[in-house]
Amino acid sequence: MDKATANFRSRFPALAQQIYGKPLVYFDNAATSQKPDCVIEMLEKMNAEACANVHRAVHRLALDATDLYQQGREAAAAFIGAPADEVIFTSGTTAAINLVASCYTRINLKKGDKILITEAEHHSNLVPWQMACAIYGTSLLVTPVGEDGTLDMETFRRQLDNGVKLVAVAHISNVLGVENPLREIIAAAHEAGAVVLVDGAQGIVHGKVDVKSLDCDFYAFSGHKIYAPTGIGILYGKRELLEKMPPYMGGGDMVDRVSFEKTTYGPLPLKFEAGTQNIAAAACLAPAMKLAREVQEDAALQAATEATDRLMAEQLATIEGLHCPSLANPLRKGIFSFCIDGVHPADAAQIMDKMGVAVRTGFMCAEPLIRKYSEHGMMRASLMPYNTPEEVEIFIAALKRAITMLR
Amino acid sequence: MTIQEITEQIVEEFSVFDEWLDKYEYLIETGRQLPPIDEEAKTADNLIEGCQSRVWLDCKERDGKLWFTADSDAVITKGIISLLIRVFDGQKPEDIVAANLSFIDTIGLRDNLSPTRANGLHSMITKIKAYALAFLQKEDNEQK
Repeated sequence: MDKATANFRSRFPALAQQIYGKPLVYFDNAATSQKPDCVIEMLEKMNAEACANVHRAVHRLALDATDLYQQGREAAAAFIGAPADEVIFTSGTTAAINLVASCYTRINLKKGDKILITEAEHHSNLVPWQMACAIYGTSLLVTPVGEDGTLDMETFRRQLDNGVKLVAVAHISNVLGVENPLREIIAAAHEAGAVVLVDGAQGIVHGKVDVKSLDCDFYAFSGHKIYAPTGIGILYGKRELLEKMPPYMGGGDMVDRVSFEKTTYGPLPLKFEAGTQNIAAAACLAPAMKLAREVQEDAALQAATEATDRLMAEQLATIEGLHCPSLANPLRKGIFSFCIDGVHPADAAQIMDKMGVAVRTGFMCAEPLIRKYSEHGMMRASLMPYNTPEEVEIFIAALKRAITMLR
Repeated sequence: MTIQEITEQIVEEFSVFDEWLDKYEYLIETGRQLPPIDEEAKTADNLIEGCQSRVWLDCKERDGKLWFTADSDAVITKGIISLLIRVFDGQKPEDIVAANLSFIDTIGLRDNLSPTRANGLHSMITKIKAYALAFLQKEDNEQK
């Protein structure tokens, strides 16, 4: 392992563990990332010191907590190139998408309108739109992806011309790891009069995001996939859209004046943040985003990450009967999902677990896409910059052993 | 052999393995030896659907005893169901309902399965006991 990776890796205490007496190989990063020392320290500080509710009281602890909470928002906003008041805290990507699917649709969709998604969406960017369609009598169109996960842009453009009011698309597929051409998608959608929501749960991890330059209308992501704790996520939305949308939940902190006759709502982003948020996790976004930015700017670490990804691709290609649809797709980022002839992925994962290797199997919350490739689900290995070539070797050896046992 | 005797035998067989990988090898081998189920028995009623793999379990009664056949698309799961069939096949329904299944914990099976698979194991046992209960109730009704 090179020095940049070793240094970075040393900041994640969970990665130093042994599992069943063997070194942990954590390749389930697309489910959640491991947490670095700076995030663990902030979480500790938020519970052991700056423990108070935000925006309410005048006492010292409340002021400290509010400060740290706001720094979390500013860090997340800066990370995606957005002003802080256009960044709404949610519990995660799912909650962020549901917010748009509930509130934006309420004033903008009518019977006969269409919502367009892609075949490679996570259930979080599919089911909320089905629910909206059931309420408003809108219909759901689905743009197919090719065998290797590349979006069929020709069909996409054709579908757009058909009364589509909203496009909801993953930045990067959680199964195939394939990055969608967001600029092209957004430009075409806007031309057709549709707004675009980007599900950035995976995309935020694997490249720089600038929502203003992308010109997307909404961008959602979760903190926990990018070094922050679980329970905090972001919805970026363009101010003019957010201002017109009705609130999601009613409650404390989201109001301006309240009387029994009439209530006026607070300014952005508070209008969408009823109740006490996950204050500690929100504050952790500051160290998490700082670290993620350092990773992006560390050329040596980037080169090592790419080399590890290449090694993984080369090694997987040598396994007989293994089918990884997006393996050779140049748009693939950090994620490998595959099926193996004659081997049920759940069996293989169970055996590999005993060798200290953590992977994901099944339908990965993208059942319609995975059914295209296999009725038994797939195995997914997803890498982060702290993963090493040595881990790839252990993973490949474990996979080969499992295949030998199971075939 | 009684259910008790068979489970003791299984506990003894598992005790020779030090490593869980060897226990998986054993389960895989056991699964491979499971006699095939009739294709027509792969009905929705006989399906135990889990998140990770599917299991079909069919039950027939002959001479007051219950006989099971099963299949799964995952081979470790097939090993687990064949272990259960070894315990319950040809037993009387009242014995199946009353059976003590602590051997599953003794051999560490539950602890060494992922939670979704452990739930699957629970569903398989529930299904077997439900077949036995249904048979007892049917018998009871016929006597009345």
